[in-house]
Amino acid sequence: MWVLVGMVVVTLALAVPGVFTARAADPIKIGFGMAQTGGLSANGKPALLAMQIWKDDVNKKGGLLGRPVELIFYDDQTNPATVPGIYTKLLEVDKVDLIVSGYGTNLIAPLLPIAMERKLVLMGILGLGNNEKYQYPNYFQIQPVGPEPLVSMPTGFFELAAKQTPKPQTVAIVGADAEYPQNALVGARELAKKFGFKVVYDKTYPPSTTDYTPIVRAIKATNPEIVFVASYPPDSVGMLRASHEVGLQPKMLGGGMVGLQFTTIMTSLGPMLNGIVNYDFWAPEPSFMNAPGIKEFFKEYQARAEKAGVDPLGYYLPPYAYAALQILGQAVEATKGLDQQKIADHIRATEFSTIVGKIKFGKNGEWAKARTLMVQYQKIQGNGIDQFRGPGKKIILFPDEFKSGNIVYPYAAALK
Amino acid sequence: MAWTAVRALAVGAAVVASGILVASLRVNPYFYFAGYVILQYVVIATAWNILGGYAGYVNFGTPAFFALGAYTAVFLIQSVRPPLVVLIVAGGLVSALLGLGIGYFTLRLRGVFFSIATLALAIVLQTMIINWEYVGGSRGISVIRPSGPPFGSHVKFLFTVMVALAVVAVLAARFIERSWVGRGLAALRDNEEAAECMGVPTLRLKLFATTVSGFLLGVAGAPFPYYVTFVEPNSAFNLDYAVNALAMPMIGGTTSWVGPVIGAVLLGTAQQLATVTISSELNLFIVGVVLVAFVVLAPEGILGLVRRLRAR
Amino acid sequence: MFSWDLLANAVVAGLLLGGFYAAVSLGVSLIFGLLDIANIAQPAFVLLGAYGAYVMNTSFAFDPILTGILFTPLFYLLGAAVYRVYYGSFERRGEESLRGLVFFFGLLFIIEVSLSLKFGVDYRLVQASYIGHSIDVGGVGIAFRLLVPCVVGVAMTAALYLFLARTFYGRAIMAVSQDRLALRLMGADPVQIKTIAFGIGIAAASLAGALLVTIAPVVPSTDRDYIGRMFAITVLGGMGSIGGTLVAAVILGVVESLMSTFFGPSWALAVSFGILLVALAVRPAGLFGR
Repeated sequence: MWVLVGMVVVTLALAVPGVFTARAADPIKIGFGMAQTGGLSANGKPALLAMQIWKDDVNKKGGLLGRPVELIFYDDQTNPATVPGIYTKLLEVDKVDLIVSGYGTNLIAPLLPIAMERKLVLMGILGLGNNEKYQYPNYFQIQPVGPEPLVSMPTGFFELAAKQTPKPQTVAIVGADAEYPQNALVGARELAKKFGFKVVYDKTYPPSTTDYTPIVRAIKATNPEIVFVASYPPDSVGMLRASHEVGLQPKMLGGGMVGLQFTTIMTSLGPMLNGIVNYDFWAPEPSFMNAPGIKEFFKEYQARAEKAGVDPLGYYLPPYAYAALQILGQAVEATKGLDQQKIADHIRATEFSTIVGKIKFGKNGEWAKARTLMVQYQKIQGNGIDQFRGPGKKIILFPDEFKSGNIVYPYAAALK
Repeated sequence: MAWTAVRALAVGAAVVASGILVASLRVNPYFYFAGYVILQYVVIATAWNILGGYAGYVNFGTPAFFALGAYTAVFLIQSVRPPLVVLIVAGGLVSALLGLGIGYFTLRLRGVFFSIATLALAIVLQTMIINWEYVGGSRGISVIRPSGPPFGSHVKFLFTVMVALAVVAVLAARFIERSWVGRGLAALRDNEEAAECMGVPTLRLKLFATTVSGFLLGVAGAPFPYYVTFVEPNSAFNLDYAVNALAMPMIGGTTSWVGPVIGAVLLGTAQQLATVTISSELNLFIVGVVLVAFVVLAPEGILGLVRRLRAR
Repeated sequence: MFSWDLLANAVVAGLLLGGFYAAVSLGVSLIFGLLDIANIAQPAFVLLGAYGAYVMNTSFAFDPILTGILFTPLFYLLGAAVYRVYYGSFERRGEESLRGLVFFFGLLFIIEVSLSLKFGVDYRLVQASYIGHSIDVGGVGIAFRLLVPCVVGVAMTAALYLFLARTFYGRAIMAVSQDRLALRLMGADPVQIKTIAFGIGIAAASLAGALLVTIAPVVPSTDRDYIGRMFAITVLGGMGSIGGTLVAAVILGVVESLMSTFFGPSWALAVSFGILLVALAVRPAGLFGR
């Protein structure tokens, strides 16, 4: 009996909001879930801010197709189990016109079948290899990893290593027991084989490790010439501090460490970063600062970041989140409507000009050409934030077309 | 006893029938998602209460049992792809085994050691799953749903399944409560030594309770992969399940099968509504505060309050 | 990949870690081991201490251990208050088992989520002059970040041991757990004694938390990693034995360190629970238990 009562209550409770969403059809609604709490909120919150800046910019210029743009979003709590519910609500109750994804591979994964079922165009925000299994043609990824996501991140690292003379012989591969690092390590192993490096250490550790010194000691004991680390922010910090403590000084150290791109981590590690060669997506070097609109974006972002309590510089994910919406907006304008298939076809066929440069999509919705950077931290002094605002501390080494300086090799030389 | 049992079964069948009816209507699809989650909590809360409320043994490791049911389903889906019924039964059986195992090792000792062991369980199990590549490991795994679901949509089908499971769980709890097993559990809950002296087979009853509780929790977890299509350890082992499994029966009332249902419906609905208006952490914070408030001030839950009001 | 050097380093790191684990487990050893109160919220209090040290470190550049010591009176009062609520709501009515456990779990949860609300889920770490440096003793590196907390941990254990053995209140606390009649003959009120003991247990958490954040960055969910360790150590050491706690902590530290170094760190966390289950199954009284 109680269950029946409960069900009636629930039905009423959920039907009622539906009555109130009969709004005026005027604004164009873009809906998504975004990590505001949970493990990925450190990136989710800046991404949201960037997307809100895009919405304001677009509305200042008269909106899309002459209509104002409205963003409707919910916190996905970095929990994939919330995604089906959130997007069903967005589509069925809030009646959004377009959807984009949340941040991160795990949050995009449950969304793809939903987008496929309803034949929606979907912009993915920094997910690794989500479309490999489904190969859905209307999915587009805003991460610059290019057509081979798994090897894209380690490629620059291994290529740079192979170019040095004398060529290093041995490599240690280590990473966290989690989705992204496991993917990156697969790529690293492939590349080690391709470039003829001998793998002398290949282990993973649980992300909740307290003490990284045993791990670093074990690595040091194998005497590797280069060390590739695939880690999430907490372990990136832990591994770096441990390697300084233990005195691990291979000829090249770094590779796929997430988190070193965050301003708070950069300032707290300070000079410990010197010499690390790591992946990145964006750097305040001249080759990037010349894209149209990027300077204005950062001015606006950095002004709002402080109040919003997010990464104060934003030199990582925010411009990409903005670019994702730029592309969507441009496609809407170009196709003069909200037809999902037409928008998708247009995105697939066009090269877009965005605040992160020119973007063209290729197979499985990834970028046609990979643009994962390899940077090296040089000459960092103390823990101030201002040294990171402009060029000179995060030198781009790879790929060549964005190169802004030369590598300091071996690693020990950069520590002086 | 027989007549009330038949009546209970009839009510249960009626609920399932109404669930099927609702599924074939054209209600806003969002309702089915939310409804699924709430009904899932009815099963979880009822399952928890069989051990916690009836026997007095607190299980903090609900995520372990739930996730084990989910991952058993994932394993079977990846290997053999049996129909949903098989997944549910298998998930339940594996979790039941887990319950039996944990019970066997710790129920001879005091209740607090059982509880601590369950705390540990979730972490150990999560570590094992993370290292098991076949079910996705730490990366998680995408599950492709079979085509052509009844009612035309996966969610509607899963919703009706969950209605049926909720009815099964509640009926099971009700039968246990009113049988000699339930009386034995109540006796050992109030004073285990005295019950032993009176000849109540306490260990066997406790093992029975943990096994049944584990079974139902696994059953709740088995449809999860189809519901969410992407299973990864963090969401399957989510702390939400641990807290809600505790809070719902405690708030509703632990002495009867009605309590967990009230708790699940109230708290579950509130949380569904709240996740779109307040942050998830604030939501969890409120659940925690309400839980502690009830435990301190109204230990018999809403049922107890209602009873006291009626007695006036 | 075996080498004596690696082994030596692993063992030393484990010993140092053990000293720290002892500090962290003292509260549980006192409250659960002696008073028989299953305070599973203890890790959350430790975490509270860690965040307290973090805040003082970032705002005022206070050394974390200094903050830990500074905050002990505050935590003592907090502990006393928590015990009073627990006593009034549960112990007096004789309903400790189910409701008491749920109460502490609720507390654990509330503290963890509050920290999450206030500080977010980013990792927080502290800076101190000795963090990041190590000395080399015969091929074995000893990190100050581990050494200092270990020394403090051992000192805390010794202090608590002496307190329990030599002072009036200390012996009263021992009496509460062993012999209530003797306690009353001593003229002490059991409730007051337990309040003091609980308060001390939570006060210990303040300092333990400071040590925790010195060793590694913390995040609100860090408390869950320590529940297993604390109880494993208390059970293995023997309920009611402070010295046993230290020994068990060192054993756990060394085993974890060895597992980490030679078998990969994936299973290090499961070690503590494995030890707990084995101890419970084989010798529930622990190594030095009564």
